[in-house]
Formats: sequence, C-alpha cells, structure tokens
Amino acid sequence: MLYESSPIAILIFAAFVLGVVGLSFYLGRKGQSAKGYYTAHGEVHWFVNGVAFAGDYLSAASFLGICGMIAFHGYDGFLYSIGFLAGWIVALFVIAEPIKALGRFTFADALDSRFNSRGIKLSVAISTLVVSIFYLIPQMVGAGDLIVPLLGLPHTAGVVLVGVAVTLIVVTAGMVSTTWVQFIKGSLLVFFCGILVAMILNRGLVVGTGAAANLTPQVRTVTPEGAVLIDGKPQSKSHDLRPVGSITALPARYAGQTATGPLRPLEYLAALEDSTIVTWSSKKHSDAAGTHTTFTPVERQGSELLKPGGYFKGLTTGKLADKLDFASLMLALFCGTASLPHILIRYYTVKDAADARKSTVVGIAAIGGFYCLTLYLGLGAMTSGALDPTSTNMAAPLLAKSFSTTLFAIISAIAFTTVLGTVSGLIMAGSGAVAHDLVENVLRIPMNDHEKVRCGRIAAVGLGIIAMVLGVLFRNFNVSFLVGWAFNIAASANLPALVMLLFWPRTTKQGIIAAVTVGMISSLAWILLSADTFEKVYGWSREASIVPFSQPGIVTIPLGFLVLVVVSLLTPPPAETVRRHG
Amino acid sequence: MSGSQSQEHPRGRAAASISRIGLTLFWIYVLLYAGFIGLVLFRPDLLSQRPFGGVNLAIASGMGLIGSALVLAVVYMAACRVVEANSSRRS
Repeated sequence: MLYESSPIAILIFAAFVLGVVGLSFYLGRKGQSAKGYYTAHGEVHWFVNGVAFAGDYLSAASFLGICGMIAFHGYDGFLYSIGFLAGWIVALFVIAEPIKALGRFTFADALDSRFNSRGIKLSVAISTLVVSIFYLIPQMVGAGDLIVPLLGLPHTAGVVLVGVAVTLIVVTAGMVSTTWVQFIKGSLLVFFCGILVAMILNRGLVVGTGAAANLTPQVRTVTPEGAVLIDGKPQSKSHDLRPVGSITALPARYAGQTATGPLRPLEYLAALEDSTIVTWSSKKHSDAAGTHTTFTPVERQGSELLKPGGYFKGLTTGKLADKLDFASLMLALFCGTASLPHILIRYYTVKDAADARKSTVVGIAAIGGFYCLTLYLGLGAMTSGALDPTSTNMAAPLLAKSFSTTLFAIISAIAFTTVLGTVSGLIMAGSGAVAHDLVENVLRIPMNDHEKVRCGRIAAVGLGIIAMVLGVLFRNFNVSFLVGWAFNIAASANLPALVMLLFWPRTTKQGIIAAVTVGMISSLAWILLSADTFEKVYGWSREASIVPFSQPGIVTIPLGFLVLVVVSLLTPPPAETVRRHG
Repeated sequence: MSGSQSQEHPRGRAAASISRIGLTLFWIYVLLYAGFIGLVLFRPDLLSQRPFGGVNLAIASGMGLIGSALVLAVVYMAACRVVEANSSRRS
C-alpha cells in the first residue's frame, strides 16, 4: 500500500525520538572508561536494569512481529509470546546469580572465567557476533516497516535512519546511554501499549464498514519492468490495495447491533470467539506478465482463530515432522533467552548477584505484562479494518492509526525507539566481542583503556553498517520468524556451555570450545538448509530442502550438550577439579 | 553448583540454598511449560474448550503460564530474602 505522510505525525515522531536519544546522551555522558563503556561501571540500579531488560528484550519481534502474526493468523502469534517469556525462567532461576560471579565485560569473559583460553574467547566471540547479526536483521526490517507508513519514505530510509541513530548512541556513550535508552523505551512501550489496549477494549467489536467491508479479492502485480499494478491498473494514491481485517457478524447476543460497545478484557475475548471475522490469505504466482500476489478474504468463526494451528499449520496435519518443528521452536524460545549475549551482558551493569536477581524479576513483570497485552493488540489489529495485506509487521502502527494520527505517531515513535533500544544492546554485545574478546584477548594486541573504547566504537560502526545492509536484504520477512532463528542459534551455541560450566565441575575448556562451535555451526547449517530458507531466501522449492523441519533446536541443543560432555570426558579435567577431587 | 565458595561458610551455604530453590522452581515451570506444549501438540481439541466463562483453554493456559512465571519469580525473591537474612544472622 502507498502511504501519505502527515506533518503532525512526523513532528511528534521526531520529537519523541530526538528526546529519547538526547536524554540518553545527557545521562550517558560519563561512560568514557572501558568499564563505563561496556558495563556502565556496574552501577545501574536494579529497578532501572530490570526495566532496561524489558527495553532490551522487547524488540521489533515482540511488538511488531507478534502483533502482526496474531492479526493475520490468530492465536499462534501468542505462542511466541509464551515462549519468549518462558525463557526468562531459565535466566532467573539458573543463570542470573551465578553469571554475575563470572566474567567482567562480555559473555566470553563468563565462559572463560576459569580457563584463560584463547580458544574459548575466539569461539564465543564468533558465536556472539553470529547471534547478534541474526537478531539485528529483524530489528532493521522492523525499522524500515515503521518508516514506510509514517513518513511515506521507502523501506531503506528507515533502515538507514535507525542504523545511523543507534550507531551514534553506541559510539558516543556506550552502555550507560544504551541502558537509559532501553529504560525509557521499556517504560514507554509498556505504558502506551496499555493505553492502546484500553482504547481497543473501549471501542469493543465493530462490524466492518467502508473499504474493509469489501470482500472482493485483490491482486498486486509487479511487472518485469518493476511497475506495480493493483487489479491490473497502475498503483496510485487513488487506486491502491484496500485495507483489510474486519468483522462481518457479531455474536448472536448482539443481534441487530453493529457494535458491542466497550468490553471488559475477558468479555472482549469471549465476544471475539463468537464473532465472524474476515482474514486474508495470500498466494503468489509468476508468469510472463510479472509476479502476482492474490489476496483472498476468508470468513471464519473467531473460535477457529483463537486456537493453535492458524500459522503453525503442522499442528493440525498430524505429521511427525511438523510436530517436531513446532516443539523445536518452543524449545529454542525457552532456552534462547538466557543464551542471548546482549541480555547476558546486562548482568554486568548491576553491582551484585542480589541486584541481578531483583532486576530479573522486575524484567519478568514488565515483559510478562507486555506479552499479555500483545494478544489484545493483535486481535484489535485483526478487526481494525486498517491492515495492510502486504505486511504483517505494520499491524500495530496501523492499528494505532485506526484510532488517530497522533496515537499512530506516538506508537510509531515508541516502536522506533524499541528498535533503537534493542539494536543498541546488540551492537554493544557485538562491539565487546570484537574489541574486548577478539582484539584484546585472542589477538592479544595490548590496548590501554582509551584504545579499548576506541576499538569498541570502530567495531560498533562496522556492525551498524552490516545491520543496515541486512535489513534491506531481508525486508519481506516477518520479524518474529527471523528472531526465532536467532534464538535457535543462541540456544544451541551458548546454553550448553553456560549451564554445564555452572553445574558440572568436569567441564573442560576443550568441551566448551567444541560445544559452542558445534552448536553454532550445526544450527546455522540447519537453518540455511531448511525448507523456509529455500523458499523465502533462495527462491527454491521447499521440497528440495534436505532437512526434515525448519527449526533446529530440538536436535542442535541436545547435540551441544552431548558434544560438551563427550569432549570434556576425553580431555584432562581442569586443575581446580583435580585439586578438589583428587 | 560448581562455584568456588566453600560450602562451610554461611555465604557459601546461602548461595547453595538459593541455587537449590532456583532449580526447584525451574523444574516446576518446566513441567507447566511442557504440559502446555504437550496439549498443543497432542490434544489441541481440548484447547478449544471454554470452561472459564467464554475464554477458551488455549488463552487461559497461555495467560496462566505467563502469570505463573511472575508468581514463581516473586516466590523466589521472597525465599532468597529469607535465606540471605538467615545467613547474615549466622555470619
């Protein structure tokens, strides 16, 4: 769809973003030593750190991706919410306190705390970079998707805007500034999404009217010359795809009415279950005239949409491969949170283990509350009559637009700072991996404090550029789906090493190196050979894929544990274990 | 836990207690999560039932999992506070 920019929306957006970035620069002006740059001097208050956890973690995937997935496919997007939140249980009960005692600046520090091994530093630094890059892609895609309806600029402009902004944040003030951006963003996100949900409940359910009530299929064609046609005619502001997502019939108890009026939270869900809702499916085919995407309305009962199987079709096929694929994804989401380097480094910004614990609980409260809201946001978008059939990622901002331009601008600005916050954390983690782990500890290039910070900044600029390029290349993917890949790689590469280091004294440095390397390579290879990648990245047939399902976690996470155990047993025990156990 | 703190020292015992509490609560949640995933995989028909005044089991159990994470987190905080208070008294 084509969008017109609104001057008011642009002003509000610019004020919000500049305000958040300016505030973070002001608050972060003290972080100039290496300890300040990488860990904010370890002086962040536990409550601030807890909300910053939420601001770090609730990325474009959580806000844009889940909302979009629920809006187009129903309940299955909520499964991502459940899985993402469940991962914090591993972080709190297993990782939070012990990791505070390990390491100094980075995740590699933690895994290498007992061994002083260049091999560990190298493998973990590479793993950190791979995970960070995979996690960066959906954030940049989300940024581009936000800019399109707000400013009417192309997707690439949004990607470049966020890339430049976040690189400035990280380069100038590091972790202190990043923490404050994440704190402010986390607070705003939860607060304004709460406002949006209140407005959804106050509006209640309304039978679709206008363009959204038109249930004629639509066809979007991209010709070989690059021109875009809608139903055979050139796309223009006056001839464009119609917004979609509507209700055609309310429950019987509202007979004769076209709106339910305000509803309480549980009433809303119950009324939606008994309503008839129109969702839109899309199918692509190509011929000499171009690539045609046909959008077809499908009228369904709400009860069909509010149960599993709308997106994860395999849940209803009964095929073992499909069930394994889903189980694998849920395992990766559960194991992945505590394995994400940009989350783990946040534990070095508080003063002790007790603060690490308290900040995690605050994070869980904020994140859990937000994920409960995502169900209402997604369902509200589904029935808003404002969805763009070509993009699942724009559902949340367009939902806000269905209420008012001002709210649309605010939500878009918050979504943009959401991306800023997460991308800042990722680039910090990646910058630490390059400067501290690779340059200082693997290559053993001696650097004073000032040089360490400068090296980190140069790495941040490089990562920012890579992130921008990838954000443009992957623009057509749903962001939750992309983040699922990052979780798979993180859980496969990092979690076995971290858990076994904490709980098995017989863990050796060779075991850690092997587990990280095998976990990372196996999960990456699996993803690159999966049916989803074949179809969506390479443009090949799904049937040509050589792996049985797309999510590798159920194979590669246990593989990481197995490799660590076997290699550790085959190599000499660490000196500390020999001393203690003889 | 394979930490370096002595088990004899009150602080070491406190850390070990906190670790045990954390792992116990962790396994409780694993059971809840695994049970939910099992229902989604093998009995999705059950999740369409609406025993709670119009909201189906899929939504109720999903919200329940999110809520129980917070409940367990608060229980953990409270338990850790007791352990640390006892440890301070002993040391």
